Amino acid sequence: MSDTATKTKRSVRESMGPFGPVGKIVDELDERFGVAKGGRIFLDKIFPDHWSFMLGEIALYSFVVLLATGVFLTLFFVPSTNQIIYHGSYAPLRGQRVSEAYASTVNISFSVRGGMLIRQMHHWAADIFTGSIIVHMARIFFTGAFRKPRELNWTIGILMLILAIFEGFIGYSLPDDLISGTGLRIGYSIAESIPFIGSYMVSFLWGGTFPGNIIIPRFFIIHVLIIPLVLLGLISVHLILLVRQKHTQFAGEGRTEHNVVGSPMFPTFMAKTTGFLFMVAAASALLGAFAQINPIWQFGSYDPSKISYAVQPDWYMGWLDGALRIMPSWEFAGVGHTVPLEVFLPAVVFPGLIFTICFIWPAFERRFTGDNELHNLLDRPRDRPKRTAAGAAMLALLFTLFAASSTDVMANFFHVSLNATLWFFRIAVIVVPIIAGLVTYQLCREMQGVHGIGKRKRSVIVRRSAAGEYSTVPAAPRADDERTELDPEPVPARIDIEPLGNGGDREPQSSPTGVRQVTR
Amino acid sequence: MPVAALSDPHMSDAARHPDRVEKLIAIVFVFALVMFGLAGAAYWQNWNAWTFGGALGAGMFAIGFGLTAWGKYLMPQGPFVEDRHALEGTKEERDSLAAALVERSTVVVKRRKMLGYLFAGGAAVFALVAAFPLIRSLGPLPKNEFETTDWRAGTVLVDSNGRPIRKDTLVPGGIMTVYPRNQLRVQDGQVYFTDDGLATDQTVLIRLPGGAFTTMPGRENWTPDGYVAYSKLCTHLGCPVGLYETELEMLVCPCHQSMFNVRNGAVPQFGPAPRPLPQLALGYNDQGYLIATAPYDQPVGPGFFERTT
Repeated sequence: MSDTATKTKRSVRESMGPFGPVGKIVDELDERFGVAKGGRIFLDKIFPDHWSFMLGEIALYSFVVLLATGVFLTLFFVPSTNQIIYHGSYAPLRGQRVSEAYASTVNISFSVRGGMLIRQMHHWAADIFTGSIIVHMARIFFTGAFRKPRELNWTIGILMLILAIFEGFIGYSLPDDLISGTGLRIGYSIAESIPFIGSYMVSFLWGGTFPGNIIIPRFFIIHVLIIPLVLLGLISVHLILLVRQKHTQFAGEGRTEHNVVGSPMFPTFMAKTTGFLFMVAAASALLGAFAQINPIWQFGSYDPSKISYAVQPDWYMGWLDGALRIMPSWEFAGVGHTVPLEVFLPAVVFPGLIFTICFIWPAFERRFTGDNELHNLLDRPRDRPKRTAAGAAMLALLFTLFAASSTDVMANFFHVSLNATLWFFRIAVIVVPIIAGLVTYQLCREMQGVHGIGKRKRSVIVRRSAAGEYSTVPAAPRADDERTELDPEPVPARIDIEPLGNGGDREPQSSPTGVRQVTR
Repeated sequence: MPVAALSDPHMSDAARHPDRVEKLIAIVFVFALVMFGLAGAAYWQNWNAWTFGGALGAGMFAIGFGLTAWGKYLMPQGPFVEDRHALEGTKEERDSLAAALVERSTVVVKRRKMLGYLFAGGAAVFALVAAFPLIRSLGPLPKNEFETTDWRAGTVLVDSNGRPIRKDTLVPGGIMTVYPRNQLRVQDGQVYFTDDGLATDQTVLIRLPGGAFTTMPGRENWTPDGYVAYSKLCTHLGCPVGLYETELEMLVCPCHQSMFNVRNGAVPQFGPAPRPLPQLALGYNDQGYLIATAPYDQPVGPGFFERTT
């Protein structure tokens, strides 16, 4: 007892060695789990800096927001289409026959404290999630990051996009309001249009004919358990592959196919990315607080025989709705069967085709170019005009179809006939992608030929002589014009976290051996 | 390689004056604290969602901003470099794996072919048997619910309040949604319809000016007093055909703008709908109520593979 009593704090600290309690914990952990070597490599992991590498992070962090807000919502949502008489706090609905799913969603909005905010955050985060996946995917495509060895991660990414779209549609359907119910009815009819198996699919999934009373409970479990679980698994594989194969980077000073140049995982990247998590959550919260989304109490509970004007799905389904609108009414009927091609082609075959193109693109490009090398440096889109043109044409096609999903609103807004709007889009859906592809191709080719592209232009001084003659003189180069980059170095054991000096233009202090002074 | 000097012109003002950045971040973090306090108070006092969400969002944004600035200006940026080691092993290692796979499975399978087949057969049957209840138990096989509705010869038409329709219920040009009376239910004094009644049997009843007429050959006497009834399910995707253009005598589907001329048998005039809306033959019963004189002569709603007509 007396021995321990004499132990001062100082002697305890000294007995732990130079790194104090952290060193002690590392020792203990390493003895048991062997964390030291891998842990150090992990802390030194380099993240290349480029704004476009942040897009995937938005998707990841909005998924975190979705999980957190979603868990809250499950505590109050009742997944049932049982019809009850509404007696809640929203006066205009009192006494109406509504489903329990609808009533509980209205209840979350008006009676659960903080419920309105969380519900709107959840919906906004879902839109951010899907949107950021699409933009992230476009970045990967245009910079050629999908090339060998990253084809599998490209495939996983597309799978996650498809799941995100389904997850969004299903979540949108859960409140059982008039607009989402109409969307569900359309989804039922689309599934029903598939030859041979369509009727069986809908009969099994809906437990009979539309609407039945089992689809909302089933969608609930798919929405809160099955798809999120699969997404979690895919995200894990996506990130494990990313760590194992390391990041891609743009070419630049000191950057090669065989290294990664950037800032270290700990502390720099960790601080920035955690900050970014908070910002994504903040964006969802501010949108949820100030921008109303999906006010289901205005739509009413779903009644299959009611409908409202300007029926549009959530934006990420818009391209399919546009395709359905501009498709001619070609139903095949004969040999004792009906195939509603006017539904099956635009809503089943067409998206299948689009995603198939996405899936096979890496293999297609490899075959087309005969390029079987490993690639870690990213392409500038202008250096791959054909790929960039193909991507631009695809985006143009999808945007045109998205715009076509509002033919009725446009016809009203621009005071043109619905027929003219329809034919405009039927032509545009073919012409616009071709023009977009050709223009992009030409732009890329011409950009390649521009001297000093991507660099800041030297400014020019225009002079007027006494005689009234004008002449141009190039200005003196600015400091930024010829930017020299530091040669990258390995991450040293100690890096100065404190920047040099405490303001002003103090000269850097001399650095101890092995310590890199970091000021940039 | 010399380190970057503070006089380096590339350096941003923020990096040149780390003390100012530090102060700014400190202020931002204090602001975040205050905002989170406000959010807590807003929750506690049940103030409106704007205050709660706005304060929460502002606080999180401030934390995020501060952390990012901290990482960007006060932490080492490098550039640091990490070697990218080839993931692939040597040819020998790969050959060794391939050899183990090939040679060991040769030992296992080729010498015990019978066992291999039996195992594969068992696994296949297991997969089939396991998958069957997963799928088949989900719901019934599609039966003739797809083909038929609850409208029978003599079924009384009722409006959404359950009231039957008489000759004078609608003025010429009027329109309403009707349901078969056999799908009407009453609970606690409230009238409602079954799911089938609402989703499948919904029918739009219009009274056109000019008295009885014939929409199509073979449909004579289906429109007493100008009353004409069509299935309300769009033949495109099953949305309720809920808009009516009185002047044009056209039903319009708000989902994809299919238009049906009600005087000519609801033949699609525009849009993606492939077929006319099925028409319900109307008449009166002894009490003077409007009734269906026959069931629909074809399946209602969108097309599906088993549809024969």
